Amino acid sequence: MGEENKVVLHGMWISPYSKRVELALKFKGIPFEYVEEDLQNKSPQLLQYNPVHKKVPVLVHNGKPIAESIVILEYIDETWKNQPRFLPQDPYKRAKVRFWTSFVQQQLCESLLTVIKTDGEVQQKAFGNLFEKLEVLEEGIKEIFPDGNPCIGNYNIGLLDLVMLSMFSPNNKIQEEVFGMKIIDPEKTPLIFSWLTVLHQLPLVKESTPPDDKVVAIFKFVRENALKSSLA
Amino acid sequence: MAVVKLLGAWTSPYVYRVIWALKLKGIPYEYIEEDLSNKSPLLLQYNPIHKKIPVLVHDGKPICESTIILQYIDEIWPQNSLLPTDPYDRAVARFWIKFADDKSPSISKLYRTGGEEQEKAVKECLEMLETIEEHGLIGGKKFFGGDKINMVDMAFSSVAHWLEVIQEVAGVKVFEAQKFPRLNTWIQNFKQVPIIKENLPDRDKMLALLKHRRKMLLASK
Repeated sequence: MGEENKVVLHGMWISPYSKRVELALKFKGIPFEYVEEDLQNKSPQLLQYNPVHKKVPVLVHNGKPIAESIVILEYIDETWKNQPRFLPQDPYKRAKVRFWTSFVQQQLCESLLTVIKTDGEVQQKAFGNLFEKLEVLEEGIKEIFPDGNPCIGNYNIGLLDLVMLSMFSPNNKIQEEVFGMKIIDPEKTPLIFSWLTVLHQLPLVKESTPPDDKVVAIFKFVRENALKSSLA
Repeated sequence: MAVVKLLGAWTSPYVYRVIWALKLKGIPYEYIEEDLSNKSPLLLQYNPIHKKIPVLVHDGKPICESTIILQYIDEIWPQNSLLPTDPYDRAVARFWIKFADDKSPSISKLYRTGGEEQEKAVKECLEMLETIEEHGLIGGKKFFGGDKINMVDMAFSSVAHWLEVIQEVAGVKVFEAQKFPRLNTWIQNFKQVPIIKENLPDRDKMLALLKHRRKMLLASK
């Protein structure tokens, strides 16, 4: 890889924010170097590249760092203009994609993280919140998929897809093992379920998804740590 | 019939961002003041999910969330652009806009809370100001946008105008000019920009309203 277009991604393998950038680069066919960060022992480069938040992911393009996953995704799309384009050309459609991306990121991901990291009454309330928001999304994406269920052929992956698939999957087996129930229920939210099914079957997504038992282990690890630190 | 309508509330910094953007680009619009304690059917129709202002309506199509609205405005009317043209500079701008969006709610928390909650808000607010001072305003530029204001300057407007009023309402002192010299210079410059100067909520009116709101909020707790 020539020095004129050097791309480095500082990430962490269980971070969904890191995953969405990794997938974005792969979908665009952009060669990159991946640096796995140990969040208990952050590299000096990470601290230098993201002094404000000290978090992953950070994309470094020709030595210049960019932080915040959605900012990075828009940067990738504006810099490498080949297919797939992550945002539509029409400004109103772009606004709609940004709106739903913001909804998924701020409302859905927040609720899911609360569900993972809490128990008892707080968790129950978070579950309620999460399912309510999923129903809103189910209605809302009908305008994005006006022809009904998305299908896998020629699927043009975009900003909203990348953000959604990095946090949610249609894998009910895992959900039932970790949460004792389905999170993405094909009966309650059929459009979201079929959308996620299409996304997670895309070859690039499939090959970068860890096996089920590892995913379960990730959830349990994050949950245990969160519950432990909330008792401290 | 106006092609562009803006639904807003006169004290919201998020609404002013949109007003400044429209005025900078010379876009005529109809402004509709919303009573947030009694939301209009129009607002509920245009923003059913969040039921919040601002909402921009362009040719009957609603756009919600001020940062999304500003990007839409910038894309439809590219004159006097609100973001840099270079993708890297745009990414840096978007980083700071996100930072402003995530952290500036701590400013309104200052007057909406008391006791421990308010102490927490003071701490969050201070951290935000320190970050801007240390990392955001380096490079000696007059504005985040260079010689002219851009979307980033607008995103930090609550620091420039609202913070001072809210400090008085809340009885706390977070911003001190000598502690934040770069930020102080930026605030003075920002408030002198004609579009900004001529389009800010009346300070005394806002002071009175927020004092009243604080009384009601603390009484209900």
